Amino acid sequence: MNWMGFDTALPVIFMALMGGSMLVYVISDGYDLGVGMLMHRATDAEKDVMVASIGPFWDANETWLVLGVGILLIAFPKAHGLVLGELYLPVALMLIGLTLRGVAFDFRVKARDTHKQTWDRLFFAGSTLASVSQGWMLGRYVSGFGTGWNYPLFAAAIAAALPMAYVLMGATWLVMKTEGELQARAVQWAKIAWAPMVGGLVLISMATPWISATVRERWFALPEVIALMAIPLMTLISLLAVRGLLNTRVVRGPVCWLPFALLIVVFVLGFLGLAYSIYPYVVIDRLTLWQAASSPAALKVILFGVCLSVPAIVGYTIFSYRVFRGKTGELKYA
Amino acid sequence: MDALVLARMQFAANITFHILFPTISIALGWLLLFFRWRWLATRRGADAQGAQGWLDAYRFWTKVFALSFALGVVSGITMSFQFGTNWPGFMERVGNVAGPLLGYEVLTAFFLEAGFLGVMLFGHGKVSEPVHLMATFFVAFGTTLSAFWILALNSWMQTPAGHEIINGEFEVKSWVEVIFNPSFPYRFTHMVLASALTCAFLLAGLSAWQVLRGVGQRSAPRVLRVGLTLAAALIPVQIFVGDLHGLNTLKHQPAKIAAMEGVWQTQRGAPLLLFAIPDATERRNHFEIAVPKGASLILTHKADGEIKGLNEFPGAHPPPLPLFFGFRIMVGMGVLMLATSWAGWVLYRRAHWQPARLPRALLRLLAGMTFSGWVATVAGWYVTEIGRQPFVVYGLVRTADVASKVPAAMIGLTLALYVTLYLALIVAYVTVLKYMAEKPEEVLQNDAVDQAATPAGATTSPVVQGGAA
Repeated sequence: MNWMGFDTALPVIFMALMGGSMLVYVISDGYDLGVGMLMHRATDAEKDVMVASIGPFWDANETWLVLGVGILLIAFPKAHGLVLGELYLPVALMLIGLTLRGVAFDFRVKARDTHKQTWDRLFFAGSTLASVSQGWMLGRYVSGFGTGWNYPLFAAAIAAALPMAYVLMGATWLVMKTEGELQARAVQWAKIAWAPMVGGLVLISMATPWISATVRERWFALPEVIALMAIPLMTLISLLAVRGLLNTRVVRGPVCWLPFALLIVVFVLGFLGLAYSIYPYVVIDRLTLWQAASSPAALKVILFGVCLSVPAIVGYTIFSYRVFRGKTGELKYA
Repeated sequence: MDALVLARMQFAANITFHILFPTISIALGWLLLFFRWRWLATRRGADAQGAQGWLDAYRFWTKVFALSFALGVVSGITMSFQFGTNWPGFMERVGNVAGPLLGYEVLTAFFLEAGFLGVMLFGHGKVSEPVHLMATFFVAFGTTLSAFWILALNSWMQTPAGHEIINGEFEVKSWVEVIFNPSFPYRFTHMVLASALTCAFLLAGLSAWQVLRGVGQRSAPRVLRVGLTLAAALIPVQIFVGDLHGLNTLKHQPAKIAAMEGVWQTQRGAPLLLFAIPDATERRNHFEIAVPKGASLILTHKADGEIKGLNEFPGAHPPPLPLFFGFRIMVGMGVLMLATSWAGWVLYRRAHWQPARLPRALLRLLAGMTFSGWVATVAGWYVTEIGRQPFVVYGLVRTADVASKVPAAMIGLTLALYVTLYLALIVAYVTVLKYMAEKPEEVLQNDAVDQAATPAGATTSPVVQGGAA
């Protein structure tokens, strides 16, 4: 590979890294936030188990957001200013939500018993605020921050649908990580969240091409459309499989991990679809990734660090999930 | 108020709130490693009670660490966004320098901490002792490495070096010069020591409070001794390093020193002002109380040494009022820390390390100074950060030129939200720390419950059933 070619490829590499980080964030903090949004439906004892099931992970999960935004900041500085300037208010609300949720983890077990309920409520409120804000931001971002009556409506639809997807993730996470009565209730919660999540996904898939001409041309050109059909088809099959599994008895036994795993597949497919819609833009129709990127010299320095640290990060993330594998204890039922 | 002032206030509110918690976690990580090591070293010895005291201390302070770390993480995330929301021009202009430094902070340090923190907090008994000790080490190492990268960037913004400017954009010529820029060694040492002192007074203060309340009898005497010894040993070092840092600032940022000392006209034999109210409109001081030639003596080590005045830097010097007072609050707090820690250490030694024999007044003073490190640290940061104004990169990029175009009302609204949240969280943090200190047994009990409830493969089930029975 000649160096000119490599310089051109660098922004693409960083785009992939940024997208990958965001995907890992949405999946991993997605189940955390989903569990948080289910808090108000649980008994006090169940709340403790639910928090314990995500306690060792949420910190590391949230750092993927820092990495994703960090790459946006350092590799695509021009896009960082544009995107975060457009999303000023929802970003602030999301940060307040994430702050409340993050500190409630620690305060709820350390505070006086009388205050515990308040922190549990803040845990729920913070998780919801962060999820809704993220949905709104995703909606605005996908539609290229367009103006007109239909754009805010589109963003509002995603702001309602994304939390539902998170709740479904959270419920299936609990199916995987808990036992007994809580697990049975988690199956019920998953069933409730399934329909709105699928409805939202269908709606968004239809609305995205309507709202953006670029996306429309990408998806409905022959012959690509035939190959591309694989994405929505596989998504649909995975979602139907999740719904089917929730009705079986084995979901509470040997295959308790399967609905969660299938939902990860759905998120990955959704991400691929989104990536196909947007590439090579960082901000759709406004800024390509080459226009937004830092100098190749700076990117090379960062890439060196990325090559050293990302394998290490992946390695001990796996280590951490191994250490804390298995069912969450239910000591507080006693 | 204009958008620039509001954007600066918002960033300042966030960064002030943020720095409180890394200031604790940088040094507390190493102290946890120390407690852990003391326990491992003494647990098979004759003094079982003493060994248990170290384990109690480790477990209790791990909880404090977890809480501080969580607050540091959430406010740190906010900051990574506010670079873009408040200062979009900053990364556009100096992204090639600042980007990699911030990137390395996130990559090497943040992840190291967050990944191993889960094992450190919840993994006791689920991984072997050496692995757990390693996890504790990596968490401590990670927090320090975080500080290294962030202070490298901050110092570069104060004393930029190793770059060249091509068409208004900064390009790096030498990374070694960028990272080890002229003020970096001083600032990094100063900050790490500030963290150690903040922790020393936090340890001593909460332990003194426990002694006063008659709780935590196994660990409090030990932790009090660690805190006092650390404080007494490090405060003279900090004063020495602070003086070196001041001399370095005089060389590279004379306008900042002039504002700190309230010097308007360049003069030889400048007096040391103990008190004054610098007035930026009349460009003179009111109500001066001065020690003749003091400032020249301290800063140039010569009685008639020359100090440049603010009038030498028209339109390019910081506002003197906050620097003048911020600097005096920091130094005043340092002197108080010196007196308290030395007196406390001597008295504690004379009492043969038995806190019951210490004067109650000393314990109350120490308890009152639990968060004195915060006051000194924040005052110091205000001096250095406001002292960089009106530049964001000293002498090269003005803050006003990189600010965002977001309407003032929007910034004002979010500022109000952030400030409300942060004040509430500081109150909650201090209240919970006090509550934990008063009920250490409960904290350790909860710890055991948490540990059992956390999944660890097949091994949890018997513990859970045993507990439930």
